Amino acid sequence: MAVVPLRLHLSFTSSPRHATRPTLGLMLPSHIPRSFFSSADKPATALGPPGKDAILNGTPPAYYAGEDIVALPAGLRRELMPRHLAVIMDGNRRWARMRGLPVVSGYEAGARAFRRIVELCCNWGIRVLTVFAFSSENWFRPKVETDFLMGLFERGLRDELRHLMRAGVRISIIGDISKLLKPLQVLLADAMDTTINNSRLHLIIAVNYSGQNDVVQACQKLAVKVKDGLIEPEEINESLVERELETNCTDFPHPDLLIRTSGELRISNFLLWQLAYTELYFADSLWPDFGEDEFLEALCSFQRRQRRYGGQNS
Amino acid sequence: MDGKRDTILFKLFGSSVSYMRRCLFSVLSVGPVPNHLAFILDGNRRYAKKWNLGEGMGYRAGFLSLMSLIKYCYELGVKYVSIYAFSIDNFRRRPEEVQCVMDLMLEKIEGLLREQTLVNQYGVRVYFIGNLKLLHEPVRLAAEKAMKATSNNNNSILLICVAYTSTDEIAHAAQESCEDKWALIRSSVNEENDANDVIKLSDIESHMYMRVAPDPDILVRTSGETRLSNFLLWQTSNSLLFSPKALWPEIGLRHLVWAVLNFQRAHPYLERRRKQP
Repeated sequence: MAVVPLRLHLSFTSSPRHATRPTLGLMLPSHIPRSFFSSADKPATALGPPGKDAILNGTPPAYYAGEDIVALPAGLRRELMPRHLAVIMDGNRRWARMRGLPVVSGYEAGARAFRRIVELCCNWGIRVLTVFAFSSENWFRPKVETDFLMGLFERGLRDELRHLMRAGVRISIIGDISKLLKPLQVLLADAMDTTINNSRLHLIIAVNYSGQNDVVQACQKLAVKVKDGLIEPEEINESLVERELETNCTDFPHPDLLIRTSGELRISNFLLWQLAYTELYFADSLWPDFGEDEFLEALCSFQRRQRRYGGQNS
Repeated sequence: MDGKRDTILFKLFGSSVSYMRRCLFSVLSVGPVPNHLAFILDGNRRYAKKWNLGEGMGYRAGFLSLMSLIKYCYELGVKYVSIYAFSIDNFRRRPEEVQCVMDLMLEKIEGLLREQTLVNQYGVRVYFIGNLKLLHEPVRLAAEKAMKATSNNNNSILLICVAYTSTDEIAHAAQESCEDKWALIRSSVNEENDANDVIKLSDIESHMYMRVAPDPDILVRTSGETRLSNFLLWQTSNSLLFSPKALWPEIGLRHLVWAVLNFQRAHPYLERRRKQP
């Protein structure tokens, strides 16, 4: 199960190869079509100087295309784009092990891939992106690893909040955050409050999340309502349960497409109820290698599918 | 004379195929064998269209495949087999189509009660899982009769999900858990008993229709579609998902073998996860 810290120094590096090659802070890779930028083509300085980490990483800071419609790559149809995309970012540790690197390098590389996907979602008009950052089963990993990850998560979020605000990204957190350290809890609550009015992309981060626990907590809330006399037990039905799930923070709680990387063919207790009619796509590449090409392939596969929802053929 | 010889040859051929299959299963059984297999029977209508069969013939072809596959599963040593026979969403199809499926189900359930070949051969206990109140009356009665008739078998279990969706199952479990807790609270002498007032995971699980079986090890969906379609969402959280491109009536032994081999490859990791507290 992947754990990805939120180090959002977004850049236009569209493939992992470019991510490792140092680039000057303001120089943009030439192969990126100009449509990825805002129509005014504002240079970096108009948005403020690149952050210190951005220069040290060798990755340019993010440019978002504002509210302009960005041209989709060939092969994708706008009307068939998924509204809500869910991602299980699996394979960071395996990626590091394969290269003989320490596990934390895997998470760093995973973070870069995460940035790429957030950026692509912003540009390609996906409205909601839910990522499985940390499962409740991930606590069984070594404490050193989980502590490090939580630290990275905190630092990354603190560094990136400004960029996210500018980009119009709204952050929501689902999962049981009461087990996290207090400073991180405060930071998460603050991030959610600050970004609440943004509407370009709704980024839902699942931290210490379990699909089964989500359903149980919804049932518990309904039980409290029964106890308070607000509803009768016989009135409990699917829509009442759905309204109490943690994904009620968005108007589109059901993902249209779920992508899981690293070739594992399982759901692993992610978004259980919400995945009822979601198209599943299992990518063979490990998460740090999941770039624009792989994402494009996943979206093309999604657009070719026929969704019937159990009813008639269209 | 010729006819008799042909029948003998045919029987010989059948026996040798059966023998080879049993040898293959003995080899597979060296590794871990899945305890519970779940199937989404997708692609019957497409099969009928592909071969220009009449309306409803796709389902009959699907039923034949189902019988073979169940037989292979039990021969291999799989104890639980679940099938997604009819979803609550399928009621939205054309009434003639729904009636066709209901008639086929009634015919097959009554056949099962009469002949009991599969049931007796493998000692199969049959469960009908789902919101049975939504079924047409004759089908519901036949289903309940079949469940009662096979209730003494315990070798293998067949779970037929009809009028089923996972969200309906969970909502129903939530409703029953709330009703039980509410009854408990009202009858409780000690008013401050807060710890027992809270609904827990185990409460929900004890009210699920599928509580009679463990979680599936493998979920197979035919016809190449990779989605769950509201089937066993709660139970397949850690199941291996397998989606062969073959349509359901085209499914065969090779797909089962491939699924089991993949399961055996992933098994050590899944066992480690299961052993975590």
